[in-house]
Amino acid sequence: MKPRILVLRAAGTNCDVETAFAFERYGAKATAIHVNRLTEKPELLAEFDGLALPGGFSYGDDIAAGKVLAIELLARLRDPLLALVDRGGIVLGICNGFQTLVKTGLLPGISARIGAQDVTLADNDSCRYEDRWVHIESVSPRSVFIQPGQRLHVPLAHGEGKYVAKDAATHKKIVDGGFVAFRYVTEDGGVASYPENPNGSIDGVAGLVDTTGRVMGLMPHPERAMFAVHSPSWTGAALREDDEGAGAVIFKNAVQALR
Amino acid sequence: MPSPSPAVFRIEVQVKPAFSDSRGNSALAELRGLGLAGLSNVRSVRGFALALPGGRAAAERIAREALADAVVDDAAVLDADARPQLPAGFAHRIDIVKRKGVMDPAADGVLRAIMALGEPVAGVRTYTAFLVAGTVSADKLGDGAARALGNAAIEDIAVDQPHAIDPTTSGSTGAFTKVDVPLPMGDAELLDVSKTGGLSLSLIEMQAIRKHFAELGRAPTDVELETIAQTWSEHCKHKTLAGAVNCDGRRYDNLLKETIFKATKDLARPWCISVFKDNAGVIAFDDRHHVTFKVETHNHPSAIEPYGGAGTGIGGVLRDTMGTGLGAKPIVSTDVFCFGPPDLPASEVPAGALHPRRVLKGVVAGVRDYGNRMGIPTANGALVFDRRFIGNPLVFCGSVGLLPADKVEKAARAGDRIVVVGGRTGRDGIHGATFSSRELHHESETLDSGAVQIGNAIQEKKVLDAQLQARDLGLYTCVTDCGAGGLSSAVGEMAEGLGAVVDLERVPLKYDGLTYAEIWISEAQERMVLSVAPEHEAQLLDLFRREDVEATVIGTFTTSGRLELRYRGVEVGNLDLEFLHHGVPRVVRHATVKPGGEPEPTLADEVDLNATLERLFAQPDIASKEWVVHQYDHEVQAGSVIKPFVGPGQKTPSDAAVVRPKLDSFRGIAIGNGICPRVGDIDAYAMGLLAIDEAIRNVLAVGARFDECALLDNFCSASCERPEVLGAVVRVAEACRDAALAWQTPFVSGKDSLNNEFRTQNGTVQIPTTILISSIALVVDVRHALSSDFKRAGNAIVLLGLTRPELGGSAYYAMHGRLGRCPPRVDLVRAKAVFTALAKLTSERLVTSCHDLSDGGLAVALAEMAFSRGLGVDVDLAKVPAADGEEHAPSIERDDVLLFSESPTRFVLEIEPQRLRDVERILADVPHAVIGTVTGDGRVRARSLTGARVLDADVQHLAHVFHHSLDLGSAMAQDALRGHDKDSR
Repeated sequence: MKPRILVLRAAGTNCDVETAFAFERYGAKATAIHVNRLTEKPELLAEFDGLALPGGFSYGDDIAAGKVLAIELLARLRDPLLALVDRGGIVLGICNGFQTLVKTGLLPGISARIGAQDVTLADNDSCRYEDRWVHIESVSPRSVFIQPGQRLHVPLAHGEGKYVAKDAATHKKIVDGGFVAFRYVTEDGGVASYPENPNGSIDGVAGLVDTTGRVMGLMPHPERAMFAVHSPSWTGAALREDDEGAGAVIFKNAVQALR
Repeated sequence: MPSPSPAVFRIEVQVKPAFSDSRGNSALAELRGLGLAGLSNVRSVRGFALALPGGRAAAERIAREALADAVVDDAAVLDADARPQLPAGFAHRIDIVKRKGVMDPAADGVLRAIMALGEPVAGVRTYTAFLVAGTVSADKLGDGAARALGNAAIEDIAVDQPHAIDPTTSGSTGAFTKVDVPLPMGDAELLDVSKTGGLSLSLIEMQAIRKHFAELGRAPTDVELETIAQTWSEHCKHKTLAGAVNCDGRRYDNLLKETIFKATKDLARPWCISVFKDNAGVIAFDDRHHVTFKVETHNHPSAIEPYGGAGTGIGGVLRDTMGTGLGAKPIVSTDVFCFGPPDLPASEVPAGALHPRRVLKGVVAGVRDYGNRMGIPTANGALVFDRRFIGNPLVFCGSVGLLPADKVEKAARAGDRIVVVGGRTGRDGIHGATFSSRELHHESETLDSGAVQIGNAIQEKKVLDAQLQARDLGLYTCVTDCGAGGLSSAVGEMAEGLGAVVDLERVPLKYDGLTYAEIWISEAQERMVLSVAPEHEAQLLDLFRREDVEATVIGTFTTSGRLELRYRGVEVGNLDLEFLHHGVPRVVRHATVKPGGEPEPTLADEVDLNATLERLFAQPDIASKEWVVHQYDHEVQAGSVIKPFVGPGQKTPSDAAVVRPKLDSFRGIAIGNGICPRVGDIDAYAMGLLAIDEAIRNVLAVGARFDECALLDNFCSASCERPEVLGAVVRVAEACRDAALAWQTPFVSGKDSLNNEFRTQNGTVQIPTTILISSIALVVDVRHALSSDFKRAGNAIVLLGLTRPELGGSAYYAMHGRLGRCPPRVDLVRAKAVFTALAKLTSERLVTSCHDLSDGGLAVALAEMAFSRGLGVDVDLAKVPAADGEEHAPSIERDDVLLFSESPTRFVLEIEPQRLRDVERILADVPHAVIGTVTGDGRVRARSLTGARVLDADVQHLAHVFHHSLDLGSAMAQDALRGHDKDSR
């Protein structure tokens, strides 16, 4: 049976279609469901093996990106979310979905599994929305979504993506504890500064993973790099037979982890 | 009994001092950018005024759990009338508060958050403040804030002034009076009715209305006159372009119908599905889907309030897509802007105009915030600069949609419910153009009419999500958008051939106190009108409710042939639809063609062409637009194939966007545009052909098909009351006809904006007559699309097309402050051969990369192609195919002419050596030559006609100039950050 993924949709979500497509391309059954349906009936989540929070501007992001959706999830879905992870499910937050997970405290989930926010994704240093292609490298040894040490060329597009921890000790705990899923790097793997680190994230943190390795969020959009022709420089290279792009590995592994 | 009004609190959120405050830093940079000295630090405050029945405890909880970030923010809860304390070290506080009646979209999200916390809330209003450290005076700061941080057209900007903000909405619902407007017999008095009412109806039109109502034996009501004015407006009826014109003796009974429409009709291309009748043009895409394309202008609103004007511009054209057929899904947006020079000295900005930089930044931010939130990639565009656009910028917003092939036809049926969905109706965009009595005017002062609108993208996204579901369930029979004219135009249009009864008190309002006429003509954003069969009414209303979108039945379609308007049971309007849609009197306008141009200049021989090329790359028209492009999400929906910048590091500008609308298919579309107003200063006909040539070059350069390429026209001009302006418009229309017929590239949609002037103390500034041509063409398999970056050293460089001494209106002449007299002239027959040959080359996959030649000519194109991969180029100008005696043009004897001429229909092709023979075979009958090779040394080199080395420039250096000459943000922001560090030490 195909793993079932719930792609959560709210007012202003705008990457639900391609995120669902990416999961289906690698063998899952993905269903987009409006958050109103889920808050009306939280037990709906029990019918799924995974939850994807796609990109967009949930409720306009006018207070802070992902904040309002995070409040709704905390108010109505705290227990079903933890139950999903406890029974071996996965949670993937991309861009606005990552911002939402951070604001629920589910990522990185160090001082409590959920509900305590120790890090945030603040306004980009440039104070502008930025759409660019970046290189990221996977770091954490326990993410079910990717092996460590892999470098991906993927696009991102956001105005609030600067990872900041509440203090140096928290940041150290995050780095030392293997909570960093991805870092922005230069093309050859070096330390990135603007624009390779497009938002000023501390230590180039581009994504986080929780203690289980089954909850992950990242600012870049792997679903916008699932085909080879997504790359800005694909015309200079021979296309692969499978037309696969750099971001595909995350969805492949996610589905694999649920089989 | 009314309950006591809840306590109002203000919650002010700031980034903690330990963390960087990028909004504050950005404000500091903006203020310094105005030349304001003495500033050492700026911190930003996000303010929320809340009416809370739960009192202070609720306010504290909301501040902590919803409004302040747990990691980086501090929050303060203040009483409504408390004066916030300035922290130590700060001298001033700037408060920026949206005026009452101006849309505050951020309040929606705050409301949702508070509701999710389970707290009751009676009203939300957001505001912004800045705390300023330094020695600047309050007056100067206020002036700077008005120029850089807020906009007095929609916001109150105060320095060091306590302010009261009322988060609740109010307004009274008193008794109403039906207003009749007797039309006087005297012509002068009659015209006065139009003028004082802001109806923009001419005397002849007013006379026709007077006659119509005289026959009925009654006076029109205010709302009837408004409805006629909206329906007969230039915006809705295109009276000028669809009117009769006498142009120096050439007579057109209907200019558009006899030129552009006729060409499309005569061509009868089978893939043209719906042209010039729906809200957008529709062409075939594949077996199951069509694509739609529409481009609109939003010039005047963007001049007054660039952010709101551009945002509602993109919001409006997206609704055009949603209102095409039974509703297409927007998949790509385009944006083309014409502004004054960004480096204009502040002293030269005329009174009443904003600085072009301010306009540019505001417009870009407006498109960014609306388009990005809607989740639609903004993938193609252009920027043009000219002093005549200072007071009257041009803002073109385009939208491409994907429409199921079985959802093209639509028609409301008698008995169908009229359902308005989306945002609520307020006084937005009424401009006070109502016939309200003095009393009603007085009442309307309690709520400022939001003449300038702010869009709410999330509202529109919700409408889109719900509407497409309803479409696929077949829950409605017809749809159109509420745009100009509001409900009056939307319902009036859908009721044509039927009839309609509308109960205006049913329309959901943002606040009380609107008159029935205001409700009917309000241009409040984010609304669509659907016709719904009674048996689907309940299901449709429920579907929208589940998506948190308001949907309301406001009336019924009938068979009466009349538009019947009622308010609280009283009939306030009853119009004959035949008269409404076909009663506008026709007039003959006079046009004359005036030759333009200046004597052809004789420029001194260029001694250093390297320096010339570098200077060209610094011109705002040529310099990289990446500061704009990177703020747009051009990847969302995961369909992007050829992006605005291509190659490793995305350094080379591309010619057109290639997008794959369906994730499960490699079939794609290419989108390009052509715009060249400078050429129009010499010859409007030449401009028309050149703009079309460029739009087609764009899409062919990325590998699109020439035989499935459609065009859109957008005319912009000063007032066509001036015969020479209308003459230019006629010549452009004739160019569109001629090119469409010659190349079999039909126009499928168009729009015009024909009154773009700006009055200054020194007289009226007219914009140059400007045509924007947008192109859309099929790409059979996007995996064979081409990009414009050179790929490999050793490959041959083929120049396709003929170079002539055509520098009139060129970037090269403009850089020297000259216009010239010899513009690029398109040869329709030869161009067709060139286009056909290129399409064959690309379909046979013989081309490695391709770039079209436009602003800056051959030299600019070659250098741009080399930007991406550390490659270079070496060409021999003696080999450039140039006009000879047979072309009735002088031969070219100057290297600068060969390098910078902007002759049309030319491309640089990179060809692998082993493919040259096949390429030569296909190009046998068109002008072309191998002019050099791609090199590996990172230099752009050219040998002169005499064999001397005339160009030898470092590619990386040119790339640097290209990439950094039009940077409006980061350099300034970084300067400010550095300054801040210095000051705080």
